[in-house]
Amino acid sequence: MLYNEPSPLEVKVLTRRFGLPDSASLQTYLAHDGYVALRKAQEMSPEEIIEEVKRSNLRGRGGAGFPTGLKWSFVPRHSEKPKYVVVNADEGEPGTCKDRLLMEYDPHQLIEGVLIAARAVGARAGYIYIRGEYRYLIEIVDRAIDEARAGGYLGEFELYTHTGAGAYECGEESALLESLEGKRGVPRIRPPFPAVAGAFGCPTVLNNVETFSAVPAIIRDGGEAFAALGTPKNGGTRLFCLSGHVNRPGVYELPLGFNLLRMIEEVGGGVRGGRKLKAVIPGGSSCPVLKADECDIAMDYDSLARAGSMLGSGGVIVMDESTCMVRVAARLMRFYAHESCGWCIPCREGTTWLRKLLARIHEGAARARDIDLAGDVARNMLGRTFCPLGDAAAMPTIAFVEKFREEFEAHLEGQACACEVAHA
Amino acid sequence: MPEMVKLTIDGKEVKVPAGTLVIEAARAAGIEIPAFCYYPGLSLQAACRMCLVEVERMPKLMTSCTLPAAEGMVVRTDTPVVAAARKAMLEFVLTNHPLDCPVCDKGGECELQDMVFRYGAGESRFDEDKLHMPERQWSPVVYYDAPRCILCYRCVRVCDEGMGVGALGIVHRGVHAEIAPNGGDHLECEQCGACIDICPVGALTSGTYRYKTRPWEMTHVPTICAHCADGCTTTLGVRNNRILRGNNRDRAGINGEFLCVKGRFAFDFYDHPERLTAPLVRVDGSFEAVDWPRALDTVAAAFREALGRGGAFGVIGGSHTTNEENRALARFARQALGTGNIDHHRTGDLATLLETGAPLARAADLYTAGAVLVVGANLSAEHPFLAWQVRANQRHHGALVRRVASLEELRDGALRGELAAAGDLVVVFNDAVKGAGVRELVEFGAGLGIPVKYVALVDYANSRGALEAGLVPDAGGLALPEMLAAGLDVLWVVGANPLKKAGVEFRRPGFMVVQDLFLTETAAAADIVLPAASAYEKDGTVTSVCGEVQRLRRAVRAMGPKTDLEIIDWLAHRMGVELRCDNAAPPARPDGRPDLVWSSRDGLFTSGTLGRYSKILDAVKA
Repeated sequence: MLYNEPSPLEVKVLTRRFGLPDSASLQTYLAHDGYVALRKAQEMSPEEIIEEVKRSNLRGRGGAGFPTGLKWSFVPRHSEKPKYVVVNADEGEPGTCKDRLLMEYDPHQLIEGVLIAARAVGARAGYIYIRGEYRYLIEIVDRAIDEARAGGYLGEFELYTHTGAGAYECGEESALLESLEGKRGVPRIRPPFPAVAGAFGCPTVLNNVETFSAVPAIIRDGGEAFAALGTPKNGGTRLFCLSGHVNRPGVYELPLGFNLLRMIEEVGGGVRGGRKLKAVIPGGSSCPVLKADECDIAMDYDSLARAGSMLGSGGVIVMDESTCMVRVAARLMRFYAHESCGWCIPCREGTTWLRKLLARIHEGAARARDIDLAGDVARNMLGRTFCPLGDAAAMPTIAFVEKFREEFEAHLEGQACACEVAHA
Repeated sequence: MPEMVKLTIDGKEVKVPAGTLVIEAARAAGIEIPAFCYYPGLSLQAACRMCLVEVERMPKLMTSCTLPAAEGMVVRTDTPVVAAARKAMLEFVLTNHPLDCPVCDKGGECELQDMVFRYGAGESRFDEDKLHMPERQWSPVVYYDAPRCILCYRCVRVCDEGMGVGALGIVHRGVHAEIAPNGGDHLECEQCGACIDICPVGALTSGTYRYKTRPWEMTHVPTICAHCADGCTTTLGVRNNRILRGNNRDRAGINGEFLCVKGRFAFDFYDHPERLTAPLVRVDGSFEAVDWPRALDTVAAAFREALGRGGAFGVIGGSHTTNEENRALARFARQALGTGNIDHHRTGDLATLLETGAPLARAADLYTAGAVLVVGANLSAEHPFLAWQVRANQRHHGALVRRVASLEELRDGALRGELAAAGDLVVVFNDAVKGAGVRELVEFGAGLGIPVKYVALVDYANSRGALEAGLVPDAGGLALPEMLAAGLDVLWVVGANPLKKAGVEFRRPGFMVVQDLFLTETAAAADIVLPAASAYEKDGTVTSVCGEVQRLRRAVRAMGPKTDLEIIDWLAHRMGVELRCDNAAPPARPDGRPDLVWSSRDGLFTSGTLGRYSKILDAVKA
């Protein structure tokens, strides 16, 4: 049973086994090229594996988009310390729900990716850090690990699942490692980066579920084949989580560089109820919003960066004309204020200040200067917080205020929210 | 020598050892970079974001507290961008910080006030409701006011890393994050109060000091703690001739950051209700208060009378009296009373150690030595500052620290190898090692083939000074227990309570005079008791366990009691003797009598007589 009907426009690489009967089982996996890549990787040298991943132009699917092969190459080859592979399955970015499908429908693909990464860096143990809310997935992944172990695929490698306790911050890689070590989930000072000193102070490869899940296809079919699916420097396909005011929300695997408007219209079946498109958050709630007239854009890391936003974690949130942008901004800030870990001053205090301020603006209890203040407070956080959570809260706020200023102004001094009145 | 790197800060060329943090490099160049969470000696946090600076070729502002200086680095702290960032951080901090400065203990000496004054905005743009939490009491001496807390984590780190206790942590998250004690709603710890001292704001306040005064109404008198031999500087806050607090915010002493519960809180013995304020003369078996001239005349007359008939004298000196007082007492005994029956309570066998000629360690050596070997003592409880030094050494330099209960454990040679590999060693021993044991220990050290220094632990603020001032018997003179048992004609006890020790044999002397703060077991047996000023009521010098000679500075004036020096001087005057300065004081010498050496093994909540008269210690040890 799939959560949504696949789209004929999808290019199914990572999701090719979705919908197969018993797709999470080893048997199904083996029947569909399962562990072929691992066998191939075992005949390759670690350097060759990393080169192949580099050739694929695979970039981190967690949000930052860092080239995966390069990241793996940072792990010191001759360290005396044990090395670890850690999977970031703390999928917490609002609008993002792809990693859960990859684990639910095809956990062996993830495990195979982890095993290949382990061979590439010489790791003997790995952890899959799954967010607490995905408790049901732990059973599925644990079962798959047991099957893989029983089938001899793990070899000497030890692989464990580990649950988070519900903190968004633990999706930040260094906070995840703290949490994995049993400590309070707050970020670490970097450098050193996890590649040098990660889990338990040892060299660690840490990637998103989707990143690892792409690795078997890359090794099996070659990096170039994967790269060719996307645009230059933006290799392969990725899972887009299309949500919001579209007729067919769902998770769709599309090549990088797929046009956003086409995604909304042809994959998502257009805006719900025939309404006009107002805005899209292209990559999860941390990414600056795009106005409707900015949505004719290729969905890849570089095009979105040029447009002042980010591809992020693939969470595409579509908003139609009935959506109050002030309310969206306020709602998102409620999330960030709730999730700020409290470590550093600007994020801890700034998110709560903005939460209160944006709510007040939405309630119509603000003065004109409060609109500038909201942008100012966000800019005072931007680039100055300990970890990216502060930026993730600041960037969308700045975009909402700048791009939809007239909506903020319409809320001033006790005025009712025009959007909500018009579409009541 | 570490490699040096050259960088430029605000156009100034600075040369520092590679690895120096930019914030420290700036300080070395006289450029202040503000910070709350950065604290030298503690782990890095980069949480307050006050120390952001511009660095050439770096896209974002960098925290100078985590950035190691690199060759050719160009840093700017004086740009509009940096100024705006500082202003913004202070604006953020103040959003939920209550502006209750007028009633806050910290007002006037608050780092947040000072920072806002220098770098903050003149007005607030925060129109929302502030968060509020009620203040909580965590112990008799520690209170926490969460809204004032700026979460710099200094308290958490000093407790964990500095004290080695780890009684504080963080709970909740975001703007609700706060410091929490290990007992859930209370602290289970040594109550040292380091967390209070290190708090930059008024979040952690002292139960004994809170709401008593404004800081600027006090005079701040740095003096030496009276409780143990470690020689910590405690800065006493004094208003209207009363001590209101002890702390170490000037960090000028050998103890740097450190103070224990006694040094910080247990100053209150000085105005305990049982403090003696007038001389007491025994009349028909009970004491009668008399004035000073009559008391002194009586003592002088008794001394003269005994001298006239060739009576036997005994003089027992103290471990809290100053070096000047001890020397005056020793001179008085030898020159005016003609006696060699002089002693004090020896709490460690420093005498034998001095005789071996082995090098002695200073407190600073415990922080730098490659290894520390503790024999016998429970350093954390009995010598808290020395323990702090050892912990800091272990944490900052990875020093090897070993403890054995007795010499026995060294004899099998198991520790020899690792100690010898440590480069240099400090050996610390208490009264578990004395006499021949000290010689054996020094031989053990000499056999390691590395530089070894020694500390003979003693109990009290001037225990070492008493020995070095010559409060030891002359050849043929009686030692302390013998004087008590001899039934002498005159026994004079200055600042000591030898009758406290259970099982001591005591034969009442013909005449006994005791100088002390309280009516101790010994004072209660006297014919005359002269009320003495406490360490916090006099000037002078004391010698710490590691030999640092440091100044006592008078914090308050004693009303009624006199300093022991004044009393000795007045008695000399009344007896018409002039005490000559004898530069060739008899050297401290071992007498081969380990039975004279025993330690009270005072812990954090006891320290001889003084500890018994501290109500604050009573409150926190409960």
